[in-house]
Amino acid sequence: MLLIEDLKVELAGKEILKHIDLEIPQGETHILFGPNGSGKTSLLMTIMGYPQYKVTHGKIVFKGQDITNLPVNERARLGIGMSYQRPPTIHGVKTSQMVKICAGKGREVDVETLAGKVNFTDFLGRDINDGFSGGEIKRSELLQLMAQDPTLLLFDEPESGVDLENMSLIGTTIGQLLQRDFQIDPVKSQKEKIKERKRMGLIITHTGFILDYITADKGQLLFKGEMTCSSNPREIFRCISEVGYEECVKCAI
Amino acid sequence: MRNLKEDALKASDKKAALGPDIDLGSYHSDMVPHNYIEDLTSLSETDKKRMIISGVDANERERCGTFVQKDTTVIHSRSKQEGLEIIPIKKALEECDWIHEYYWKLASVDADKYTARAELDLHNGYVIRALPGSKTIYPVQACLYIEKDGLSQHVHNIIIAEEGSELHMITGCATSPHAKRGLHVGISEFYVKKNAKLSFTMIHNWAEEMAVRPRSVGRVEEGGLFLNNYICMRPVKSLQMYPTTHLVGKGATARFYSLLVGSPGSEMDVGGRVFLKAEETRAEIISRAITNSGNIVARGDLIGEVNGVKAHLECKGLILNGGSIHAIPELTGKADGVEMSHEAAVGKIAQEEILYLMSRGLSEDEATSTIVRGFLSVDIPGLPLQLKAEIDRAVEASDKDVL
Repeated sequence: MLLIEDLKVELAGKEILKHIDLEIPQGETHILFGPNGSGKTSLLMTIMGYPQYKVTHGKIVFKGQDITNLPVNERARLGIGMSYQRPPTIHGVKTSQMVKICAGKGREVDVETLAGKVNFTDFLGRDINDGFSGGEIKRSELLQLMAQDPTLLLFDEPESGVDLENMSLIGTTIGQLLQRDFQIDPVKSQKEKIKERKRMGLIITHTGFILDYITADKGQLLFKGEMTCSSNPREIFRCISEVGYEECVKCAI
Repeated sequence: MRNLKEDALKASDKKAALGPDIDLGSYHSDMVPHNYIEDLTSLSETDKKRMIISGVDANERERCGTFVQKDTTVIHSRSKQEGLEIIPIKKALEECDWIHEYYWKLASVDADKYTARAELDLHNGYVIRALPGSKTIYPVQACLYIEKDGLSQHVHNIIIAEEGSELHMITGCATSPHAKRGLHVGISEFYVKKNAKLSFTMIHNWAEEMAVRPRSVGRVEEGGLFLNNYICMRPVKSLQMYPTTHLVGKGATARFYSLLVGSPGSEMDVGGRVFLKAEETRAEIISRAITNSGNIVARGDLIGEVNGVKAHLECKGLILNGGSIHAIPELTGKADGVEMSHEAAVGKIAQEEILYLMSRGLSEDEATSTIVRGFLSVDIPGLPLQLKAEIDRAVEASDKDVL
């Protein structure tokens, strides 16, 4: 479970998250809505542990452990993973090497097979993120997450810059990563399978396209650094699409 | 011959254009005798170890010939392949008439006091020649080794890739653990003839009090390819070199790659210069410099003299922990239709890259080391696998020192 209590965060001396309460129980996936500049990416970066995001109040608890002051790599080791919107290029570090890094020491992964799942084998020999298009970045990030195998997955706008053809591949892969794909199982009922879900997800979306591919338990609306609404994700999305953010957050004021 | 000696004498006090001046009188240069050895494996373990980090393998695994000079004396010189000649240069000067068509024909004996010294007090060096049409499967290895403390070692090397031949060389220069202070003066002249291919990889492992003054000039004829890799990642007091290559035949190509690591107290001034003198010639100079409190000057100079030549210069520097990197890329176009460009960047490791790797589970040190290795891993097309492996090994070995 991820639990965030009364969190305040500063970036470069400016308060960007004013009051965040958030709870993602084991097995749940939440959608994070909010207009540009509302602090969505900042919240993800804070959960991941980026040091420039300074927590001035409140705490973050993951799997029962207070991780508010843990460095990024220790959070990764505890099982938090992130799919970035604009990850940096690292020259001389090949994509295949990156996948192995994600798998961690002493864990073998079949890089080729994993890459095949997101149609990315042709990129394994290229420097990570070097000249990747929007869709290529997403597939590369998903490939890394597949190798990393985290329990809490943070997605920063997984559909941005992705064409329709790739959207389906990306959406389905995210669904699988979050254990939200449905398959006929001769032994277990779907209800049992849902109950057995361990993975948690927090997904930022503007377009809502991702909702066509995965189910989500809750929607969260972030506005000017505060969580203003927690409800059915489709309902929030509908509300934003039809009456806009300003109208949608009125109920919180 | 008399002319060379006279010219050298006149230049014997001439300071070099670049790099700190070195007092030649503070070193001795008397001959240091060593026994010739048939079997390289009989070398001491210490020597073998020092040589192997410079890519020279006493077991000669995957090598087609070996030349080893210890201090002033050649201790091994043997070719294992037909079509490949390996001759100590003093012997060549006595026995081979043809050597005079090459000796000091590219490098100037009176360029500075170091070239002069190499003529006036030549210890030895190698002549390596691939006969026309011959192809070496494995690289030839050469080692210039300094064991005697306080020695000024003077060598002259000539490498000839005859028409249509293919030659791969690895040269390791190293000091034994006993030699702390010394001077290495090395003249190298490279002849790449029509449609020949020469790759030359040089790995330096000097000591903290060593001064090093290589002087190299190359000439590439029509359709020829000269690939020159230079790796120096260990401490050295003062290193200055500015190898020059002339592309004189249609379609000749030169590619220079250098990897430098500046340790505390090290002064390095390293560059490459290519004259593109014939149509369709191509040149590329790529350098990666990392400093860890050392001072590095990374130069590059491309001179395009005829229409239609293409050349690119890339100079990247990373300051890890103090020190300085001065990148000096230069381009001169002397004709219409030259296409020349350069790219230079000096900076630190981006925090964003470290955090990205940390978010995939690496510690901060592991992330930094991964980025540094990536920075130093340059793809060198056309380099045999064995040599690629040697470069990777040198990078690997330096990794611990750098961080």
